[in-house]
Amino acid sequence: MLEIRDLHVHYGGIHALKGISLDVPKGSVVTLIGANGAGKSSTLRAIAGLLKNKRGHISWKGTDISGKTPVDIVKAGIVMSPEGRRIFAHLTVLENLQLGAYSRSDKAAIAKDMDWVFELFPRLSERRNQKGGTLSGGEQQMLAVARALMSAPELVMLDEPSLGLAPLLVKEVFSIIRMINDRGMTVLLVEQNAYAALKVAHQAYVLETGTITLSGTGESLIADARVREAYLGG
Amino acid sequence: MNSAMFIQHMLNSLTLGSLYALVAIGYTMVYGILRLINFAHSEMFMLGAYFVFWGITLGQLPWPVAMALAIAVTASLGVLVDQVAYRPLRDAPRISALISSIGVSFFLQNVAIVFFQAIPREVYRPQWLEDPIITHGVRILPLTLFVPFLSLLFMLVLLWIVYRTKAGLGMRAISKDIETSYLMGVPVNRIIALTFGIGTALAAASGIMWALRYPQLQPMMGTIPGFKAFIAAVFGGIGSIPGAVIGGLALGFIEIMTVAFFPDLAGYRDAFAFVLLIMVLMFKPTGLMGERLEDKV
Ligand SMILES: Nc1ncnc2c1ncn2[C@@H]1O[C@H](COP(=O)(O)OP(=O)(O)O)[C@@H](O)[C@H]1O
Ligand SMILES: [Mg+2]
Repeated sequence: MLEIRDLHVHYGGIHALKGISLDVPKGSVVTLIGANGAGKSSTLRAIAGLLKNKRGHISWKGTDISGKTPVDIVKAGIVMSPEGRRIFAHLTVLENLQLGAYSRSDKAAIAKDMDWVFELFPRLSERRNQKGGTLSGGEQQMLAVARALMSAPELVMLDEPSLGLAPLLVKEVFSIIRMINDRGMTVLLVEQNAYAALKVAHQAYVLETGTITLSGTGESLIADARVREAYLGG
Repeated sequence: MNSAMFIQHMLNSLTLGSLYALVAIGYTMVYGILRLINFAHSEMFMLGAYFVFWGITLGQLPWPVAMALAIAVTASLGVLVDQVAYRPLRDAPRISALISSIGVSFFLQNVAIVFFQAIPREVYRPQWLEDPIITHGVRILPLTLFVPFLSLLFMLVLLWIVYRTKAGLGMRAISKDIETSYLMGVPVNRIIALTFGIGTALAAASGIMWALRYPQLQPMMGTIPGFKAFIAAVFGGIGSIPGAVIGGLALGFIEIMTVAFFPDLAGYRDAFAFVLLIMVLMFKPTGLMGERLEDKV
């Protein structure tokens, strides 16, 4: 469904992505793992249309989307939940979610998704009129995911959703990823928590300083000696 | 001072204060979203007033029509200025857009001198704004009721847009985090254009009403009120719309009341605002309603 071919990203003199290629098939969970600074966020940001300084092909359902704006990308059915949650602290939970649905105009469908999201995250429902900034870290992460879901995406890109969360909450995040995948949404997951990500992923890629060095099914990478050595603590 | 005079001073304060507030809102909205102090804003104030003058003299339009039209034309011009002079600099260091706005400000002033000529012009005032109402010994100029009333109306519309509409939600989101707003599908450039349009419309409205209050037009007429409105925005806490309103009203009040109670100081009335600015920057740089500034400036 999403195909990336020979994607390059430059920041000034830094060559952050050196021609990566990857595929995200419909209905799958694909994960991109790698150390800090490997280029994971840059990959997602390039897909989301945030980067101007990129080269290569990004094809979505057969059409090239590499020149599109972030708004077009969201309308095309791809949403990105950025690293560090980036919820709007001064807006209420409800407003954060409405913002997620900004690109849509069908009010009835939005209301239906809002109900669904509140069902999925009952804690957000209780706090719907609270400012986003008053939520706990875990709740903020739920809000960031819920907000992304409000765009009714076909592909959800999550950038390190488990970052900085207590172990129990990390588990919850991964069970939510499974849940949204069960709902038929395709997931492209970026993680430093390699083990959990590989467990949930159908397909996985390892990124090292801008180059994809390994790929395979999640299970095969968990079994791979090089991955165990570098990312799973031996 | 008797109470009749006090009421008159209060109404004058309210009139002047709401004129400052309308201009301050434009400064604060643009700053809130782009962290840009738009120096060309005070020229929009001037242009709005001149466009009404044109509408009435050249276009033979009735005054309310000329006012509505002038606001619309000035607002479009505000959007155009952003597109031409600031938008190409979005990714440049912030100082670039600031300098560009100073350039636009001088440019518009000079264009105004060429087109409108530097001689001050008399402004047409509808008679019903001038015939004083006298009740209980209080002499009230309808203008001092009309200006605050119309300003309040404009502000309510503004608050409705910002807090009750989808575009307003987009504005509030952009003002905190443009990139994430983009990711959520907010058409950032369109919302910025809308912000310039609204802010400029309010400045034009203020300039038009200013010309009724101090019935003279000249190409530099925006400079001092513009500076004061900017100070009002800083005083209220730049970036905050309620802050701009409170700051504007407070400045109008301070100016009128100081002159009323200390007539000897009347010659310094333009200096009060700057003293206030210095005090705010020294003692409460974030202003009355302002937030932390570290991530803004
Ligand atoms: N805005 C930027 N300006 C300059 N360099 C950047 C920028 N963003 C990322 N980089 C650099 O690009 C490389 C990849 O970064 P990133 O994609 O954020 O990696 P990851 O998400 O895997 O930690 C790093 O070397 C980083 O320093
Ligand atoms: Mg990253």
